[in-house]
Amino acid sequence: MLDGRGALRRRAGLRLWLSGGWLIVVLVCAAFAPLIAPQDPLAQDLMLGRLPPVWMAGAEPGYLLGTDSLGRDVLSRIIYGARVALLVAFVAGTATCLVGSALGLAAGFYRGWVDRVVGRLVDIWMAFPPVLFAILLIAVLGTGLTSIMLAIIVIDWTRFCRVVRSETLNQAQMDYVQSARVAGFTRARTLLAEILPNVLPTIVALLTLEMGIAVIVEAILSFVNLSISTDDPTWGGMIAEGRISIYQAWWVLVFPLAALFLTVLSFAQLGQGLRDRFDPVLR
Amino acid sequence: MSAFLEIRRLSARLRGTPHRLLRSVDICVEAGAVRGLVGESGAGKSMIGKAVLGVLPKVVEVVEGAIVLDGDDLLAMPPAERRRLVGAKTAMIPQDPLTALNPSRRIGPQITDRLTDILGWTKARAATRAAEVLEEVRIPEPARVMRLYPHELSGGMRQRVLIAAAFAAEPKLIVADEPTTALDVTVQKQILRLISEMQARHGTALLFVTHDLGVVAKICDSLSVLYAGKVVEDTSVERFFAGPAHPYSAALLQATPRHTDPAGSLMPVSRAVLDSVTAEIAEADAGWVSHG
Repeated sequence: MLDGRGALRRRAGLRLWLSGGWLIVVLVCAAFAPLIAPQDPLAQDLMLGRLPPVWMAGAEPGYLLGTDSLGRDVLSRIIYGARVALLVAFVAGTATCLVGSALGLAAGFYRGWVDRVVGRLVDIWMAFPPVLFAILLIAVLGTGLTSIMLAIIVIDWTRFCRVVRSETLNQAQMDYVQSARVAGFTRARTLLAEILPNVLPTIVALLTLEMGIAVIVEAILSFVNLSISTDDPTWGGMIAEGRISIYQAWWVLVFPLAALFLTVLSFAQLGQGLRDRFDPVLR
Repeated sequence: MSAFLEIRRLSARLRGTPHRLLRSVDICVEAGAVRGLVGESGAGKSMIGKAVLGVLPKVVEVVEGAIVLDGDDLLAMPPAERRRLVGAKTAMIPQDPLTALNPSRRIGPQITDRLTDILGWTKARAATRAAEVLEEVRIPEPARVMRLYPHELSGGMRQRVLIAAAFAAEPKLIVADEPTTALDVTVQKQILRLISEMQARHGTALLFVTHDLGVVAKICDSLSVLYAGKVVEDTSVERFFAGPAHPYSAALLQATPRHTDPAGSLMPVSRAVLDSVTAEIAEADAGWVSHG
């Protein structure tokens, strides 16, 4: 048993280090983009179009990951793109988490009409295809970062709501909840002080997952040109541009895709790792 | 001795159905005495405990009766006041020590929260008191245990913590809902002795829900035998073990295995006894319907 726990902890440790490490790199890139980026991400130079990455024949020094068809530096654009990705991840992810978790906690604990109203809302929500829903919302709200974040919140709160509700239902049946009620604590206090700490590990795991999803949604919307203006670098926008020239310049597509993939994967792994590490019940 | 808890003609049913769960139950617990509540699974013994503490599941609906705690009818007062009163005068020792402590909170606050937040004690006083009761239930190093999480304690230790928590605020009545059922047989005996000892020392009235007549013989002063939500016998422990008055109680007593019994001689409650007690209840129900 002890050995099993030790192995679990080591694996969780490695997972935390790798995913956390990558996310810190992305975070630093986003925060200090002007200092880190070797080139101006918007500077075009048609003479330098479709330069390959530095280790291939015909590369120019100073353009580490090559350039796109307009001669813009891929690495610098990825670094600047991290800003949009992380902003969306943190702001939209957190807001989605707050809205969904609050509704899920209330529905699972108070039951009755609260549960029925929230449950119906979730059912209706889930019947919409999410991407179409997002595009529809952007059409109504107009393009731009704020609209994207609003769209993510409006679409994804159900993900938190469903899971948090069922976890709350589980916890509400435990004897310790009954003990709190017998002791004379109010319902609100029981929910926040007794149940919430037990649901929190689930919420945290979901939150990091959601941050990854937010990054993907932003990329999808940039891909279909519904995000911010095309000049500003976003990973999704870069992937869309790279798709056109994939046979001539694969690096324009592959590097932003890799950044996107690693970031989303890291968010998911971070959640799992945190859960393994800090959930007192699993520990 | 005066009754500290008096349940009068308490009837309950499954909400919105005629299905009766409690049938005009009368139970009285004298101050400082131990009342056993025995019966088979589903007889309604836990439900009575829950009704007293105000934690009945929503599907159960009390249709009539009174629960008088220290002179106040709980069913007649507004919920907030009822919760305050129940919180101040009673406590619970739950059945399953594994789920009765909050897994993500340390032991200490789980005992002291109630003292500080509900009863208005200072933090220091509550912490001292918690250490004191933990000591009393023979938990070694109370100060250290208070900083632990429940999963770091064994089942027996957790049940001791729960007993300590129940006695911490010096309640006048404790409802113990099968407190030994989830434990190892060897631990059961210690826990039972501990509850009995604490009860006697603190002069707490105890409503002890169990299906184990052996436990009743050890700890209770009087007992109520329940069948299908009806009290079929209400008697003192001496009289009960000398010879129960009701045929169902007699059959229940007979069904309890003793280690002096020859092997393979388990006695179930006979069909005839069950039929007769069912008929008796049906008759009482008929009378109840025509009155109501």
